[in-house]
Amino acid sequence: MIEVESEVQGNVWKVEVAEGQQVAAGDVLIILESMKMEIPVEAPAAGRVVELRVAPEDAVDEGDVLVVLDT
Amino acid sequence: MFHRVLIANRGAIARRVIQACNALGVESVALYSEADADAPYLAEATRALPLPGVKAADSYLNMPALLGRLAESGADAVHPGYGFLSESAGFARAVADAGAHFIGPAPHWLERMGDKVAARALMAERGFPVFAGSGALESLREARDFAAEAGYPLMLKPVGGGGGIGMQVLRDDADLAAAFERCARLADAAFADPRLFLETFCMAPRHVEIQVLGDGAGGAVHLYERACSLQLRHPKVVEESPAPGLERDALDALAMQAERITGELGYDNVGTVETLRAGDGRYGFLEMNTRVQVEHGVTEAVTGLDLVATQISLAAGGALPARPQLQGHALEVRVYAEHPRTALPSCGRLTRFRPPVMHGVRVDTGYAEGQTVTPYYDPLLAKVIGFGGSREQAIGRVLVALKGFEVLGVDTNMALLRAVLQDDDFLAGRIDTGYLYSHRW
Repeated sequence: MIEVESEVQGNVWKVEVAEGQQVAAGDVLIILESMKMEIPVEAPAAGRVVELRVAPEDAVDEGDVLVVLDT
Repeated sequence: MFHRVLIANRGAIARRVIQACNALGVESVALYSEADADAPYLAEATRALPLPGVKAADSYLNMPALLGRLAESGADAVHPGYGFLSESAGFARAVADAGAHFIGPAPHWLERMGDKVAARALMAERGFPVFAGSGALESLREARDFAAEAGYPLMLKPVGGGGGIGMQVLRDDADLAAAFERCARLADAAFADPRLFLETFCMAPRHVEIQVLGDGAGGAVHLYERACSLQLRHPKVVEESPAPGLERDALDALAMQAERITGELGYDNVGTVETLRAGDGRYGFLEMNTRVQVEHGVTEAVTGLDLVATQISLAAGGALPARPQLQGHALEVRVYAEHPRTALPSCGRLTRFRPPVMHGVRVDTGYAEGQTVTPYYDPLLAKVIGFGGSREQAIGRVLVALKGFEVLGVDTNMALLRAVLQDDDFLAGRIDTGYLYSHRW
Protein backbone atom coordinates (compact mmCIF):
# COMPACT_ATOMS: atom_id res chain seq x y z
CA MET A 1 0.00 0.00 0.00
CA ILE A 2 1.19 3.53 -0.78
CA GLU A 3 -0.34 6.61 0.77
CA VAL A 4 -0.03 9.48 -1.71
CA GLU A 5 0.34 12.73 0.22
CA SER A 6 -0.11 16.37 -0.69
CA GLU A 7 3.14 18.34 -0.93
CA VAL A 8 1.30 21.64 -0.51
CA GLN A 9 -1.51 23.38 1.30
CA GLY A 10 -4.35 24.09 -1.07
CA ASN A 11 -7.65 22.90 -2.46
CA VAL A 12 -8.62 19.87 -4.50
CA TRP A 13 -9.52 21.11 -7.95
CA LYS A 14 -10.08 17.84 -9.83
CA VAL A 15 -10.09 14.14 -9.00
CA GLU A 16 -8.89 12.28 -12.08
CA VAL A 17 -9.36 8.69 -10.91
CA ALA A 18 -12.06 6.54 -9.30
CA GLU A 19 -11.80 3.93 -6.56
CA GLY A 20 -10.96 0.52 -7.98
CA GLN A 21 -9.22 2.05 -11.01
CA GLN A 22 -5.87 0.65 -12.18
CA VAL A 23 -3.19 3.36 -12.70
CA ALA A 24 0.34 3.45 -14.11
CA ALA A 25 3.30 5.21 -12.52
CA GLY A 26 3.13 8.89 -13.47
CA ASP A 27 -0.63 8.96 -14.06
CA VAL A 28 -2.26 12.08 -12.67
CA LEU A 29 -4.48 11.15 -9.71
CA ILE A 30 -5.53 14.52 -8.35
CA ILE A 31 -5.06 18.14 -9.42
CA LEU A 32 -4.63 20.56 -6.54
CA GLU A 33 -4.93 24.30 -6.69
CA SER A 34 -2.75 26.56 -4.59
CA MET A 35 -1.71 30.19 -5.05
CA LYS A 36 -3.28 30.33 -8.52
CA MET A 37 -1.27 27.30 -9.68
CA GLU A 38 -2.51 23.90 -10.78
CA ILE A 39 -0.49 21.20 -9.11
CA PRO A 40 -0.88 17.67 -10.51
CA VAL A 41 -0.35 14.80 -8.07
CA GLU A 42 0.98 11.73 -9.88
CA ALA A 43 0.98 8.05 -8.96
CA PRO A 44 4.45 7.21 -7.61
CA ALA A 45 4.02 3.61 -8.81
CA ALA A 46 1.58 1.44 -10.76
CA GLY A 47 -1.33 0.07 -8.74
CA ARG A 48 -5.03 0.09 -7.99
CA VAL A 49 -6.81 3.00 -6.31
CA VAL A 50 -8.24 1.47 -3.10
CA GLU A 51 -9.25 4.66 -1.38
CA LEU A 52 -9.92 8.26 -2.37
CA ARG A 53 -9.62 10.41 0.74
CA VAL A 54 -10.56 13.73 -0.89
CA ALA A 55 -13.21 15.22 -3.15
CA PRO A 56 -13.23 18.37 -5.31
CA GLU A 57 -13.26 21.62 -3.28
CA ASP A 58 -11.75 19.92 -0.20
CA ALA A 59 -9.04 21.89 1.59
CA VAL A 60 -5.82 19.92 2.10
CA ASP A 61 -2.70 20.49 4.17
CA GLU A 62 0.86 19.55 3.42
CA GLY A 63 1.21 15.86 4.35
CA ASP A 64 -2.50 15.00 4.08
CA VAL A 65 -3.16 11.63 2.45
CA LEU A 66 -5.05 12.10 -0.81
CA VAL A 67 -5.16 8.63 -2.33
CA VAL A 68 -4.26 5.13 -1.15
CA LEU A 69 -2.80 2.86 -3.83
CA ASP A 70 -2.44 -0.94 -3.66
CA THR A 71 0.75 -1.58 -5.58
CA MET B 1 -9.70 65.26 -7.35
CA PHE B 2 -11.69 62.36 -5.95
CA HIS B 3 -12.99 62.43 -2.41
CA ARG B 4 -12.72 58.74 -1.59
CA VAL B 5 -11.13 55.80 -3.46
CA LEU B 6 -12.29 52.20 -3.00
CA ILE B 7 -9.50 49.67 -3.54
CA ALA B 8 -10.73 46.47 -5.23
CA ASN B 9 -7.57 44.48 -4.51
CA ARG B 10 -5.32 43.09 -1.78
CA GLY B 11 -1.70 42.73 -0.75
CA ALA B 12 1.19 44.93 -1.88
CA ILE B 13 -0.80 46.85 -4.52
CA ALA B 14 -3.65 47.61 -2.10
CA ARG B 15 -1.09 49.08 0.30
CA ARG B 16 0.56 50.99 -2.54
CA VAL B 17 -2.77 52.58 -3.55
CA ILE B 18 -3.45 53.53 0.09
CA GLN B 19 -0.05 55.27 0.17
CA ALA B 20 -0.82 57.15 -3.05
CA CYS B 21 -4.22 58.23 -1.67
CA ASN B 22 -2.54 59.42 1.51
CA ALA B 23 0.00 61.37 -0.55
CA LEU B 24 -2.84 63.03 -2.48
CA GLY B 25 -4.92 63.71 0.62
CA VAL B 26 -7.69 61.43 -0.67
CA GLU B 27 -9.60 59.04 1.60
CA SER B 28 -9.11 55.34 0.93
CA VAL B 29 -11.38 52.35 1.55
CA ALA B 30 -9.61 49.00 1.73
CA LEU B 31 -11.41 45.69 1.27
CA TYR B 32 -10.48 42.34 2.78
CA SER B 33 -11.59 38.75 2.36
CA GLU B 34 -11.96 36.50 5.40
CA ALA B 35 -8.41 35.28 4.76
CA ASP B 36 -6.99 38.83 4.80
CA ALA B 37 -8.71 40.18 7.93
CA ASP B 38 -5.36 40.64 9.69
CA ALA B 39 -3.57 42.33 6.77
CA PRO B 40 -1.36 45.16 8.07
CA TYR B 41 -2.39 47.76 5.49
CA LEU B 42 -6.07 47.74 6.53
CA ALA B 43 -5.17 50.04 9.43
CA GLU B 44 -3.38 52.41 7.01
CA ALA B 45 -6.57 53.04 5.01
CA THR B 46 -9.20 55.54 6.08
CA ARG B 47 -11.65 52.68 6.40
CA ALA B 48 -11.72 48.91 5.78
CA LEU B 49 -14.74 46.85 4.73
CA PRO B 50 -15.10 43.04 4.60
CA LEU B 51 -15.76 40.88 1.55
CA PRO B 52 -17.37 37.45 1.83
CA GLY B 53 -15.39 34.21 1.62
CA VAL B 54 -11.74 33.44 1.17
CA LYS B 55 -11.43 32.31 -2.45
CA ALA B 56 -10.77 34.97 -5.09
CA ALA B 57 -14.03 34.13 -6.88
CA ASP B 58 -16.04 34.79 -3.70
CA SER B 59 -14.17 37.93 -2.66
CA TYR B 60 -11.92 40.07 -4.90
CA LEU B 61 -13.55 38.77 -8.12
CA ASN B 62 -17.08 38.95 -6.74
CA MET B 63 -18.61 41.88 -8.68
CA PRO B 64 -21.94 42.09 -6.80
CA ALA B 65 -20.10 42.17 -3.44
CA LEU B 66 -17.60 44.76 -4.70
CA LEU B 67 -20.38 46.99 -6.06
CA GLY B 68 -22.22 46.61 -2.76
CA ARG B 69 -19.17 47.87 -0.88
CA LEU B 70 -18.81 50.69 -3.39
CA ALA B 71 -22.34 51.88 -2.61
CA GLU B 72 -21.87 51.40 1.12
CA SER B 73 -18.54 53.26 1.20
CA GLY B 74 -19.71 56.34 -0.68
CA ALA B 75 -16.47 56.25 -2.71
CA ASP B 76 -16.44 58.22 -5.95
CA ALA B 77 -13.68 56.17 -7.59
CA VAL B 78 -12.43 52.56 -7.69
CA HIS B 79 -8.79 51.53 -8.06
CA PRO B 80 -8.61 47.95 -9.39
CA GLY B 81 -4.86 47.44 -8.82
CA TYR B 82 -3.43 44.65 -11.02
CA GLY B 83 -4.77 41.15 -11.58
CA PHE B 84 -8.33 40.36 -10.35
CA LEU B 85 -10.78 42.69 -12.20
CA SER B 86 -8.22 45.30 -13.30
CA GLU B 87 -8.67 44.48 -17.00
CA SER B 88 -12.37 43.63 -16.91
CA ALA B 89 -14.38 45.96 -19.14
CA GLY B 90 -17.54 44.60 -17.51
CA PHE B 91 -16.36 45.69 -14.07
CA ALA B 92 -15.21 49.10 -15.36
CA ARG B 93 -18.66 49.68 -16.91
CA ALA B 94 -20.45 48.52 -13.76
CA VAL B 95 -18.41 50.99 -11.71
CA ALA B 96 -19.34 53.78 -14.14
CA ASP B 97 -23.00 52.72 -14.05
CA ALA B 98 -22.86 52.99 -10.25
CA GLY B 99 -21.82 56.62 -10.71
CA ALA B 100 -18.14 56.22 -9.78
CA HIS B 101 -14.89 56.56 -11.76
CA PHE B 102 -12.84 53.49 -12.73
CA ILE B 103 -9.16 54.37 -12.26
CA GLY B 104 -7.80 52.97 -15.52
CA PRO B 105 -8.32 53.32 -19.25
CA ALA B 106 -11.83 53.61 -20.73
CA PRO B 107 -13.60 50.21 -20.91
CA HIS B 108 -13.26 49.95 -24.69
CA TRP B 109 -9.47 49.98 -24.31
CA LEU B 110 -9.65 47.09 -21.87
CA GLU B 111 -11.60 45.19 -24.54
CA ARG B 112 -9.53 46.13 -27.59
CA MET B 113 -6.19 45.45 -25.92
CA GLY B 114 -7.59 42.29 -24.33
CA ASP B 115 -7.98 40.83 -27.82
CA LYS B 116 -4.33 40.13 -28.64
CA VAL B 117 -4.89 39.87 -32.41
CA ALA B 118 -6.87 43.13 -32.58
CA ALA B 119 -4.27 44.86 -30.39
CA ARG B 120 -1.42 43.77 -32.66
CA ALA B 121 -3.30 44.93 -35.76
CA LEU B 122 -4.03 48.28 -34.13
CA MET B 123 -0.35 48.85 -33.29
CA ALA B 124 0.90 47.60 -36.68
CA GLU B 125 -1.52 49.94 -38.50
CA ARG B 126 0.12 52.86 -36.75
CA GLY B 127 3.65 51.78 -37.53
CA PHE B 128 4.71 49.98 -34.37
CA PRO B 129 6.99 47.01 -35.15
CA VAL B 130 5.37 43.58 -35.03
CA PHE B 131 6.61 40.08 -35.82
CA ALA B 132 4.77 38.11 -38.51
CA GLY B 133 1.59 36.63 -37.12
CA SER B 134 -1.73 35.13 -38.13
CA GLY B 135 -5.22 36.36 -37.42
CA ALA B 136 -7.51 34.44 -35.07
CA LEU B 137 -7.42 30.83 -36.32
CA GLU B 138 -10.69 28.97 -36.85
CA SER B 139 -9.20 25.50 -37.27
CA LEU B 140 -6.08 23.37 -37.27
CA ARG B 141 -6.17 23.44 -41.08
CA GLU B 142 -6.05 27.23 -41.08
CA ALA B 143 -3.15 27.08 -38.62
CA ARG B 144 -1.29 24.63 -40.93
CA ASP B 145 -1.82 26.93 -43.91
CA PHE B 146 -0.31 29.87 -42.03
CA ALA B 147 2.58 27.74 -40.79
CA ALA B 148 3.33 26.52 -44.33
CA GLU B 149 3.66 30.13 -45.45
CA ALA B 150 5.48 31.57 -42.42
CA GLY B 151 7.73 28.62 -41.52
CA TYR B 152 8.66 27.22 -38.12
CA PRO B 153 9.50 27.82 -35.29
CA LEU B 154 6.22 29.46 -34.34
CA MET B 155 4.51 30.40 -31.11
CA LEU B 156 0.89 29.37 -30.55
CA LYS B 157 -0.99 31.84 -28.35
CA PRO B 158 -4.51 32.51 -27.09
CA VAL B 159 -6.31 35.53 -28.56
CA GLY B 160 -8.04 36.23 -25.26
CA GLY B 161 -5.22 36.66 -22.80
CA GLY B 162 -1.58 36.70 -21.78
CA GLY B 163 0.47 35.54 -18.85
CA GLY B 164 1.81 32.51 -20.70
CA ILE B 165 -1.33 30.42 -20.26
CA GLY B 166 -2.04 28.18 -23.24
CA MET B 167 1.16 29.26 -25.00
CA GLN B 168 3.32 26.75 -26.85
CA VAL B 169 6.48 26.82 -28.96
CA LEU B 170 6.10 24.78 -32.16
CA ARG B 171 8.96 23.30 -34.18
CA ASP B 172 6.92 21.51 -36.85
CA ASP B 173 3.48 20.39 -38.04
CA ALA B 174 3.50 17.50 -35.55
CA ASP B 175 3.94 19.95 -32.65
CA LEU B 176 1.11 22.06 -34.03
CA ALA B 177 -1.23 19.10 -34.33
CA ALA B 178 -0.39 17.95 -30.81
CA ALA B 179 -0.80 21.40 -29.25
CA PHE B 180 -3.76 22.96 -31.06
CA GLU B 181 -6.71 21.30 -29.29
CA ARG B 182 -4.99 21.32 -25.89
CA CYS B 183 -4.09 25.03 -26.03
CA ALA B 184 -7.60 25.91 -27.22
CA ARG B 185 -9.03 24.08 -24.19
CA LEU B 186 -6.62 25.86 -21.82
CA ALA B 187 -7.41 29.23 -23.40
CA ASP B 188 -11.14 28.57 -23.14
CA ALA B 189 -10.83 27.63 -19.46
CA ALA B 190 -8.64 30.64 -18.60
CA PHE B 191 -10.10 33.40 -20.79
CA ALA B 192 -13.53 32.05 -21.84
CA ASP B 193 -12.22 32.34 -25.42
CA PRO B 194 -10.78 29.26 -27.20
CA ARG B 195 -9.41 31.18 -30.21
CA LEU B 196 -5.69 30.90 -30.93
CA PHE B 197 -3.22 32.63 -33.21
CA LEU B 198 0.31 32.00 -34.44
CA GLU B 199 3.29 34.29 -34.26
CA THR B 200 6.91 34.06 -35.38
CA PHE B 201 8.97 32.64 -32.55
CA CYS B 202 12.19 34.53 -31.98
CA MET B 203 15.11 32.66 -30.50
CA ALA B 204 16.56 33.94 -27.21
CA PRO B 205 14.33 37.00 -27.06
CA ARG B 206 14.49 39.69 -24.42
CA HIS B 207 11.35 41.12 -22.89
CA VAL B 208 11.32 44.94 -23.02
CA GLU B 209 8.26 46.97 -22.07
CA ILE B 210 7.51 50.69 -22.39
CA GLN B 211 5.52 52.53 -19.72
CA VAL B 212 3.14 55.08 -21.18
CA LEU B 213 0.63 57.60 -19.83
CA GLY B 214 -2.22 59.10 -21.82
CA ASP B 215 -4.79 61.81 -21.11
CA GLY B 216 -7.45 60.49 -23.48
CA ALA B 217 -7.35 63.71 -25.51
CA GLY B 218 -4.28 63.06 -27.63
CA GLY B 219 -1.66 63.80 -25.01
CA ALA B 220 0.83 61.07 -24.10
CA VAL B 221 4.13 60.65 -22.29
CA HIS B 222 6.40 57.62 -22.17
CA LEU B 223 8.37 56.80 -19.03
CA TYR B 224 11.14 54.75 -20.65
CA GLU B 225 11.52 50.99 -20.60
CA ARG B 226 11.68 48.14 -18.17
CA ALA B 227 13.61 44.98 -19.00
CA CYS B 228 11.87 41.90 -17.62
CA SER B 229 13.73 39.03 -19.21
CA LEU B 230 14.04 36.92 -16.09
CA GLN B 231 10.93 34.81 -16.01
CA LEU B 232 10.43 31.40 -14.49
CA ARG B 233 7.28 29.39 -15.23
CA HIS B 234 6.13 32.70 -16.85
CA PRO B 235 5.80 35.13 -13.92
CA LYS B 236 8.54 37.73 -13.99
CA VAL B 237 11.23 37.40 -11.32
CA VAL B 238 13.66 40.29 -11.92
CA GLU B 239 12.86 43.62 -13.60
CA GLU B 240 15.05 46.63 -14.19
CA SER B 241 15.31 50.02 -15.83
CA PRO B 242 17.10 51.06 -17.91
CA ALA B 243 17.47 47.84 -19.91
CA PRO B 244 21.05 46.59 -19.52
CA GLY B 245 23.26 46.09 -22.55
CA LEU B 246 20.81 47.31 -25.21
CA GLU B 247 21.32 50.19 -27.64
CA ARG B 248 19.98 53.39 -26.06
CA ASP B 249 18.99 54.92 -29.42
CA ALA B 250 16.81 51.96 -30.38
CA LEU B 251 15.13 51.92 -26.95
CA ASP B 252 14.41 55.65 -27.11
CA ALA B 253 13.02 55.31 -30.64
CA LEU B 254 10.76 52.46 -29.53
CA ALA B 255 9.54 54.44 -26.51
CA MET B 256 8.84 57.49 -28.71
CA GLN B 257 6.77 55.30 -31.07
CA ALA B 258 4.78 53.93 -28.13
CA GLU B 259 4.21 57.47 -26.91
CA ARG B 260 3.12 58.74 -30.33
CA ILE B 261 0.64 55.89 -30.82
CA THR B 262 -0.75 56.25 -27.28
CA GLY B 263 -1.50 59.87 -28.14
CA GLU B 264 -2.89 59.18 -31.64
CA LEU B 265 -5.25 56.54 -30.26
CA GLY B 266 -6.51 58.86 -27.54
CA TYR B 267 -5.67 56.22 -24.97
CA ASP B 268 -6.13 57.31 -21.38
CA ASN B 269 -4.49 56.54 -18.03
CA VAL B 270 -1.54 54.14 -17.65
CA GLY B 271 -0.49 51.42 -20.05
CA THR B 272 2.47 49.21 -20.77
CA VAL B 273 3.48 48.30 -24.31
CA GLU B 274 5.19 44.92 -24.02
CA THR B 275 7.65 43.91 -26.73
CA LEU B 276 10.14 41.17 -27.46
CA ARG B 277 13.58 41.99 -28.79
CA ALA B 278 14.88 39.26 -31.07
CA GLY B 279 18.53 38.24 -31.11
CA ASP B 280 19.06 40.28 -34.31
CA GLY B 281 17.95 43.49 -32.55
CA ARG B 282 14.46 43.75 -34.05
CA TYR B 283 11.61 44.57 -31.68
CA GLY B 284 8.07 43.21 -32.01
CA PHE B 285 4.86 44.10 -30.20
CA LEU B 286 3.66 41.49 -27.72
CA GLU B 287 0.65 43.03 -25.97
CA MET B 288 -0.51 46.15 -24.17
CA ASN B 289 -1.34 45.92 -20.48
CA THR B 290 -4.10 48.32 -19.54
CA ARG B 291 -3.34 48.66 -15.83
CA VAL B 292 -0.55 49.50 -13.43
CA GLN B 293 2.12 46.77 -13.55
CA VAL B 294 3.49 44.77 -10.63
CA GLU B 295 6.91 46.22 -11.48
CA HIS B 296 5.80 49.89 -11.60
CA GLY B 297 8.17 50.68 -8.69
CA VAL B 298 11.18 50.28 -11.00
CA THR B 299 9.93 53.13 -13.19
CA GLU B 300 9.07 55.21 -10.13
CA ALA B 301 12.65 54.82 -8.88
CA VAL B 302 14.33 55.98 -12.11
CA THR B 303 11.85 58.80 -12.88
CA GLY B 304 11.01 60.04 -9.38
CA LEU B 305 7.34 60.01 -10.43
CA ASP B 306 4.59 58.51 -8.24
CA LEU B 307 2.90 56.41 -10.95
CA VAL B 308 -0.10 55.36 -8.82
CA ALA B 309 -0.82 58.93 -7.70
CA THR B 310 -0.45 60.02 -11.35
CA GLN B 311 -2.90 57.31 -12.36
CA ILE B 312 -5.47 58.52 -9.82
CA SER B 313 -4.93 62.13 -10.82
CA LEU B 314 -5.30 61.36 -14.56
CA ALA B 315 -8.57 59.49 -13.88
CA ALA B 316 -9.82 62.58 -12.05
CA GLY B 317 -9.08 64.71 -15.14
CA GLY B 318 -5.66 65.95 -14.05
CA ALA B 319 -2.96 67.03 -16.50
CA LEU B 320 -0.21 64.75 -17.82
CA PRO B 321 3.13 65.24 -16.10
CA ALA B 322 6.16 66.20 -18.18
CA ARG B 323 8.57 63.35 -18.85
CA PRO B 324 11.22 63.30 -16.11
CA GLN B 325 14.89 62.59 -16.84
CA LEU B 326 15.89 58.95 -16.60
CA GLN B 327 18.17 58.85 -13.57
CA GLY B 328 20.33 56.06 -12.23
CA HIS B 329 19.35 52.40 -12.31
CA ALA B 330 16.66 50.43 -10.50
CA LEU B 331 16.27 46.69 -10.15
CA GLU B 332 13.38 44.77 -8.59
CA VAL B 333 13.30 41.15 -7.45
CA ARG B 334 10.10 39.36 -6.54
CA VAL B 335 10.20 37.35 -3.34
CA TYR B 336 7.78 34.43 -3.67
CA ALA B 337 6.52 32.03 -0.99
CA GLU B 338 7.66 28.79 -2.61
CA HIS B 339 9.70 25.69 -1.93
CA PRO B 340 13.19 26.34 -3.27
CA ARG B 341 13.63 22.92 -4.89
CA THR B 342 10.17 22.16 -6.26
CA ALA B 343 8.94 25.76 -6.65
CA LEU B 344 5.63 24.58 -5.20
CA PRO B 345 3.66 27.12 -3.13
CA SER B 346 4.65 27.39 0.52
CA CYS B 347 1.90 28.44 2.91
CA GLY B 348 2.05 29.12 6.62
CA ARG B 349 2.19 31.68 9.38
CA LEU B 350 4.98 34.25 9.12
CA THR B 351 6.58 33.67 12.52
CA ARG B 352 9.26 36.17 11.53
CA PHE B 353 9.00 38.76 8.76
CA ARG B 354 11.50 41.61 8.85
CA PRO B 355 11.89 43.43 5.54
CA PRO B 356 15.18 45.33 5.33
CA VAL B 357 15.19 49.07 5.91
CA MET B 358 18.08 50.49 3.91
CA HIS B 359 19.11 53.58 1.99
CA GLY B 360 18.41 53.08 -1.72
CA VAL B 361 16.08 50.11 -1.12
CA ARG B 362 12.30 50.03 -1.24
CA VAL B 363 10.22 47.05 -0.14
CA ASP B 364 6.58 46.74 -1.23
CA THR B 365 4.69 44.08 0.70
CA GLY B 366 1.18 43.41 1.92
CA TYR B 367 2.40 41.14 4.71
CA ALA B 368 3.53 41.60 8.30
CA GLU B 369 4.95 39.31 10.96
CA GLY B 370 2.33 37.04 12.48
CA GLN B 371 0.16 37.02 9.36
CA THR B 372 -0.66 33.79 7.53
CA VAL B 373 0.24 33.22 3.88
CA THR B 374 -2.78 31.32 2.51
CA PRO B 375 -3.19 29.23 -0.66
CA TYR B 376 -6.01 31.43 -1.99
CA TYR B 377 -4.04 34.13 -3.81
CA ASP B 378 -0.72 34.60 -5.60
CA PRO B 379 2.60 33.66 -3.94
CA LEU B 380 4.15 37.16 -3.99
CA LEU B 381 5.49 38.00 -0.53
CA ALA B 382 7.39 41.17 -1.32
CA LYS B 383 9.05 43.21 -4.03
CA VAL B 384 12.54 44.41 -3.18
CA ILE B 385 13.65 47.36 -5.31
CA GLY B 386 17.21 48.63 -5.25
CA PHE B 387 18.10 52.02 -6.69
CA GLY B 388 21.51 53.51 -7.33
CA GLY B 389 23.71 55.57 -9.61
CA SER B 390 24.68 52.48 -11.61
CA ARG B 391 23.41 48.97 -12.30
CA GLU B 392 26.19 47.54 -10.11
CA GLN B 393 25.12 49.71 -7.19
CA ALA B 394 21.43 48.81 -7.59
CA ILE B 395 22.28 45.08 -7.73
CA GLY B 396 24.61 45.41 -4.73
CA ARG B 397 21.89 47.07 -2.69
CA VAL B 398 19.31 44.40 -3.52
CA LEU B 399 21.83 41.69 -2.56
CA VAL B 400 22.53 43.27 0.82
CA ALA B 401 18.79 43.79 1.33
CA LEU B 402 18.03 40.14 0.57
CA LYS B 403 20.72 38.99 2.99
CA GLY B 404 19.07 41.05 5.70
CA PHE B 405 15.47 40.04 4.87
CA GLU B 406 14.39 37.66 7.63
CA VAL B 407 11.47 35.38 6.74
CA LEU B 408 10.51 32.37 8.86
CA GLY B 409 7.38 30.26 8.64
CA VAL B 410 7.29 29.83 4.86
CA ASP B 411 9.98 28.91 2.33
CA THR B 412 11.05 31.52 -0.23
CA ASN B 413 12.98 31.88 -3.50
CA MET B 414 15.50 34.26 -1.94
CA ALA B 415 18.43 31.85 -2.35
CA LEU B 416 17.67 31.66 -6.10
CA LEU B 417 17.44 35.45 -6.31
CA ARG B 418 20.79 35.86 -4.56
CA ALA B 419 22.39 33.32 -6.89
CA VAL B 420 21.03 35.15 -9.96
CA LEU B 421 22.33 38.52 -8.74
CA GLN B 422 25.84 37.06 -8.36
CA ASP B 423 25.89 35.14 -11.65
CA ASP B 424 28.44 36.26 -14.26
CA ASP B 425 26.02 36.12 -17.21
CA PHE B 426 23.44 38.17 -15.33
CA LEU B 427 26.02 40.73 -14.23
CA ALA B 428 27.25 41.03 -17.82
CA GLY B 429 23.69 41.57 -19.07
CA ARG B 430 23.69 38.32 -21.05
CA ILE B 431 20.07 37.54 -20.33
CA ASP B 432 17.09 36.41 -22.33
CA THR B 433 13.75 34.92 -21.37
CA GLY B 434 15.26 31.42 -21.30
CA TYR B 435 17.98 32.43 -18.84
CA LEU B 436 16.47 30.97 -15.67
CA TYR B 437 15.77 27.69 -17.46
CA SER B 438 19.16 27.29 -19.07
CA HIS B 439 21.19 27.85 -15.90
CA ARG B 440 21.46 25.31 -13.11
CA TRP B 441 20.77 26.78 -9.70
